[in-house]
Order: sequence, then structure tokens, then C-alpha cells
Amino acid sequence: MSIFINRKTSLIVQGITGRDGSFHTEQMKKYGTNVVGGVTPGKGGGKVAGLPVFDTVEEAVAKTKANTSVIYVPPPYAVDAIYEAVSAGIKTVVCITEGVPANDMMKVYPFVKENGARLIGPNCPGLISVDQCKVGIMPSNIVKKGGVGVVSRSGTLTYEAIWALTVAGMGQTTCIGIGGDQVIGTNFIDCLEAFQADPATKAIVMIGEIGGSDEEDAAAYIKKHVTKPVVAFIAGQTAPPGKRMGHAGAIIAGGSGTAKEKIAALNKVGVPVAGSPIEIPAVLNDLIKSGRKTAPKKAAVKKTTAKKPKAKEAAAKKTVTKEVSGLKKAASPRATKKTKK
Amino acid sequence: MKIHEYQAKQLFAEGGIPVPSGRVATGPMEALQIAEEINKPVMVKAQVHVGGRGKAGGIKYAENAEAAKVLAHSILGMDIKGLTVKKVLITEAEDIISEAYVGIILDRVTKRPVVMVSPAGGVDIEEVARKTPQKIFKLAVDPVIGLKPWQARNLAFKLYRDINQVREATDIIMKLYDVFWKVDASLVEINPLITNTAAKVIALDAKINIDDNALYRRKNIEAMRDLDAEVPEEIQAREADLSYVKLDGNIGCMVNGAGLAMATMDLVKRYGGEPANFLDIGGSSSPEKVIAALRIILSDPNVRAILINIFGGITRCDDVATGIVAAFKELKPEIPVVVRLTGTNEEAAQKILRSINLPSADTLDKVVKKAIELAGLE
Repeated sequence: MSIFINRKTSLIVQGITGRDGSFHTEQMKKYGTNVVGGVTPGKGGGKVAGLPVFDTVEEAVAKTKANTSVIYVPPPYAVDAIYEAVSAGIKTVVCITEGVPANDMMKVYPFVKENGARLIGPNCPGLISVDQCKVGIMPSNIVKKGGVGVVSRSGTLTYEAIWALTVAGMGQTTCIGIGGDQVIGTNFIDCLEAFQADPATKAIVMIGEIGGSDEEDAAAYIKKHVTKPVVAFIAGQTAPPGKRMGHAGAIIAGGSGTAKEKIAALNKVGVPVAGSPIEIPAVLNDLIKSGRKTAPKKAAVKKTTAKKPKAKEAAAKKTVTKEVSGLKKAASPRATKKTKK
Repeated sequence: MKIHEYQAKQLFAEGGIPVPSGRVATGPMEALQIAEEINKPVMVKAQVHVGGRGKAGGIKYAENAEAAKVLAHSILGMDIKGLTVKKVLITEAEDIISEAYVGIILDRVTKRPVVMVSPAGGVDIEEVARKTPQKIFKLAVDPVIGLKPWQARNLAFKLYRDINQVREATDIIMKLYDVFWKVDASLVEINPLITNTAAKVIALDAKINIDDNALYRRKNIEAMRDLDAEVPEEIQAREADLSYVKLDGNIGCMVNGAGLAMATMDLVKRYGGEPANFLDIGGSSSPEKVIAALRIILSDPNVRAILINIFGGITRCDDVATGIVAAFKELKPEIPVVVRLTGTNEEAAQKILRSINLPSADTLDKVVKKAIELAGLE
């Protein structure tokens, strides 16, 4: 199992004939993703990687019944591509593009929501559900099938963490990059909720960075709704205030959004924060051994499927009082926070 | 991108928001001329991209044009929080009867523009938020529907009781909201919004932060960039399409990916060094970028060792290695450089690097520790 994408994902590529679009279409296909076609206005009728190219998303969906789309389109046109995909009935849109104006994102976000769709990104590497499906640019040679869900605001830092887990024998269910911008379609809480509900995910790794309050909101959510073990890493402890550190959303503004605050908020709810991405597997192992958080009874029964080199549920069960299972899909309450600059 | 008060006031004025008359001067004679044109007492205000200018002595009252000239002379060249004052705004002095705060900020949690007003103006709004949060009133505006006059009026009633001032403030808030979208701001702020002796509501100060991602479609705003106010290396980096922030340290860093770059900096500190910079060379592995990046890092005399940390997913390690070799040939660095290249085509990359005998490491932790060791810092 996995979150958001799986073997049933039927994918079209917006911007398929571009340099990035065509390259990554090949890569996604190689991984086994069910890529069914792509869209580049004006190039309809052509083929890329043996797949049909259409002029419009509407036509692509009509002909291929695609349910997911990935966008490799330059910033001036990326948001329009999101509107087009959602309007054509696409339910999961992954926007890789970096450089999308934030004000455009503020307008498209409610549109996506109202249409019952999910937007992941922008400015993200996409996601990969191991051995099932890859939507985006995550390298497939670093992942391994297992029980850890990984969610991150970064790109290559995520790969570093995934690789460390793989090397430690701790495979993954889904690895998702939610993006480095201020306004994104899917936040930590959305992924935590999905991981919590995914029977194959036994533990979660969260990779955050300076800027905003998504990690703090996630901490509050974890406290109430997540019973699976969660470990984090937060980048940017040495970032100076007021400077944008690459990502549009990586900025300490008005004194808030510091790594220190995020680490404190996570520690407070029992989420240990690793000192280096390479230490994540060890920290996760320690957490699982200590049994402070355990998988809910329901998921524990389904021990059949996913490889779990670190399965220690039996030992953990007898130690700790389990928290009330959050398996019922909680209406994801966002911690309402005072605006921080 | 930040812009100066005088530029923000210009944008406010274009948007119909009342601001005091005034112009910017770069020298005392110019200040004198402007003050003579205004022909009233003026304020001489340092134009630098930081708050707290008043406290630092960068905002002064001038009774007449001669006084304006003298004050301009003393304020120009002043250092305020590390920035040198190169411009002063000469603006008509207003008698301040009351001070309020009005701002609009992109709120990441609600994903909406949030309008904030407070009758506690003229002070640091973050202080107000800390000490007397009940004095701040907020409204998250639906970005699709926009700000309605009744909403702006409700907020204006938090600031004034006189209905004329309420109406003026309502109008200002509506126009400020329009400016926010029109210039692709992430923040617009009037602090203080004052009432003067004529009972008029005026924006005495103006602040606008522009979303960098929107500059491609706001060329007129991009033209307002003040290169004098920027660190030269950061300007060079931008021109080379690199993401770079200068810090005060001794270990130069070149990394692919912003999150990984930040994590690398953090590890430098953890292991006893001080990061000299943040630098993300991005996903591309072009030799030009590697050369430009290395040149910028080498231009910092405090750097004692450089680490290059590449986790190549789509980025091909051998391409980066080729770039590193080219950079070495061109720049001939005299300080130690250690490289970690993991990922796609890493073996081919190692072969290429061996041609210049570069120390290498195979993990993130090891490359950081090696750089610190080579810098003689352990």
C-alpha cells in the first residue's frame, strides 16, 4: 500500500515534449508507472516515449481516462496547467515547477480543494510509492520497499534521508516531497493523516526546514492523531534571520520559523529530531525499541505484507499505554495559529 | 525582494493611497533643493532595508531647507545595522495626532492574504503581537472573492471613531489590498498610518516586500532593485543563477539542493566549523555554474576549506566532476577542497576527480568532517 499514488495511478504528463518532461516521462515509465500520455498545446498527435501527445488535458483525459497529472511547465504557465488539469477531472496533480508566484498559488488552492482534487507541490520532486508508481523526479535507485513513510519539504535532502534508511534496511512505503514554497497544495498534516491511515506504513520520517509553521502544526496534529512512531530532521539551524535560503518558503521572518522552535515543538510531542539526516535510521530504531508510540491494534494484525526488518510490535505492546487509535479519518483540523510574519 | 520606503510610497501613491509629498536625495545639495521645493518643515529619512532607522538616528526633523541639508549630510554615509545609508527621503513633516498600523501579509497557514490592523501604530508590530495581542485585529481574505468594503470598514472601525476617518481608512485598506495583488507582494505595511492636525489619514511610512518568484512579470518593480544595498557576491550569484547567502564563517559550501545545503551548513557547525555561505547549485550540473560557484566562494578571504556535497539523483555526478575539474583548471584554488559525489554515475565521477588528486569522502558526515580537518580547525 501507499499514499496518494499506487498501481491504479494513470498518469499524464503536462509539458511532455519539453526537455524535463520528456526525460522524466522515460524515467517514470521505466519505474513501472502507468504513464498513459501527455499534453503540450500544439504538439497533439505526436508521440513521446511511445506515448500519445494531446493538445489539451481535456482531450487527454477523454482518450486515456487518466486520473493523475504531473506538471513540468515553466513558472509563467504552471498555475494555468493546474487549473486545466483540475477542470478536466484530474484528481491528483503534482507540480514540479519551481518559481510559481505565491499569489497565484493562493488563488488556485481553493479551486483545487473545491473540485475534490489534491495538489502536491509546487517546487517539489514529486513522490514515489515503492515498487508501484513514481510521479516526479525522485531517483528510483535509492528507494527500497518497506514500512517507513517519508515526507519532506526538500529535494536532495530527502534523497539523503531515504538512502540512509535504505542502507539501514528500513525500506519505505511512499516517499513524498511536498515542496519548498510558502503556499503548497499538500502540507505535512495531509501526509501524516494519510500515513496514519495506510496499513503498510509503520513509521514516519518528517523532514522540515526553516520558515512557516508547518512543522509546529504537524506536531500538534501528531499529538492528537498519530500513533505510529515519527522521527524528524529539521534543516536550517545555522540559517540567518530574514534571508531566503534557496526555497521560497525557507525564511525566518519576524523572528519566527526558526529550526530551534520547530525542533522544540516536535520534541514536546515525543517526536525525536535527528542531528543529521544520516542518523535518522538509528533514531527511528531507538524510538521503536523504546515503545513510546505503537502502531494501532488494527494495523498490527495486518503483519502479512510489507517487509519490516524492524518489527518489534510484540515487545512494544506490553510496555506502553497505547494512545487512542487515530485510525478513524479525523477531519484534519489545522491548528489555528496566529499569523506569523 | 525588498524595496525602499520612497519606492513603496511611489507604488502606494500610484495606487491612490495618500502619502506625504517628498523625493529622494543622494547628496546634501539635492536634499536642500527638495526641501526648498516643499517649502515647509521636512523629515530627513535614511533609506535602508532595515527597521529601527529612527532609533539609530536615521530619521530627523528639519525646520527648514538649510537644516535639511545639514541633516542629510550627517545621515548619508551613516551605518545602520550594517547597512550604509546612500539615499535619504526628504518628505513633508506631518504633525502626528494618532498612529495606527495597517498591513497585509501572505499567510502560509490559511493560504490567504491576511489584513492586520492595530490602533497601536508607530511601534514594532511584533512587539505588539507579543505584549498586547488583543490590540491586533486580523482578517483572512478570500483571495477569489477579494476584500469587500464592509470588511475593510469593520477593520477601520477598530482604528477610528470619527466617521470621516473611518471612511478614509476604509478606502486606504481597500487600496492597499489592490496594491498587494498588483505588485505581487508578500507583505505591504503602513506603520504608522497617522491622522494629522487637518484630521486627514495618511500613510507616513511604507514597506513592501515583493515575491521574488513574481519578478519575471513585474519588470518595473525589478528595476527598483537597489544593487548598492546588496552583498556583491549575492548579486554575482543571482546573475549566475545560483542561490547564495553570505555568512560569517570559514568553511565554504557548494551543494545541490537548498534543504541539503542548509543541512550541510548545520553539520559544519555541529562538527566545529563555521559555514561561510549557503550555496545551492541546483539540479543542473553545468561546468559554468560550478566555476561561477567556486569563484564566488573563493572570493571570500575567510574561507579556509571548501566542501562540495552533491547527491546526484537526476543530476549526474560525472557532469559535476567535469565541472569541478574545469573550475580547478581555471581558478587554481590554493585552499583545500574536498568533494563528496554520491548517486548517479558516481564511479565515473571518482575517476574524473582522480585526475586532479582531490580529497574525497563518500558520506555527508565524512565530507564535512574532512573539510574541517583540512581547514585545520579541529
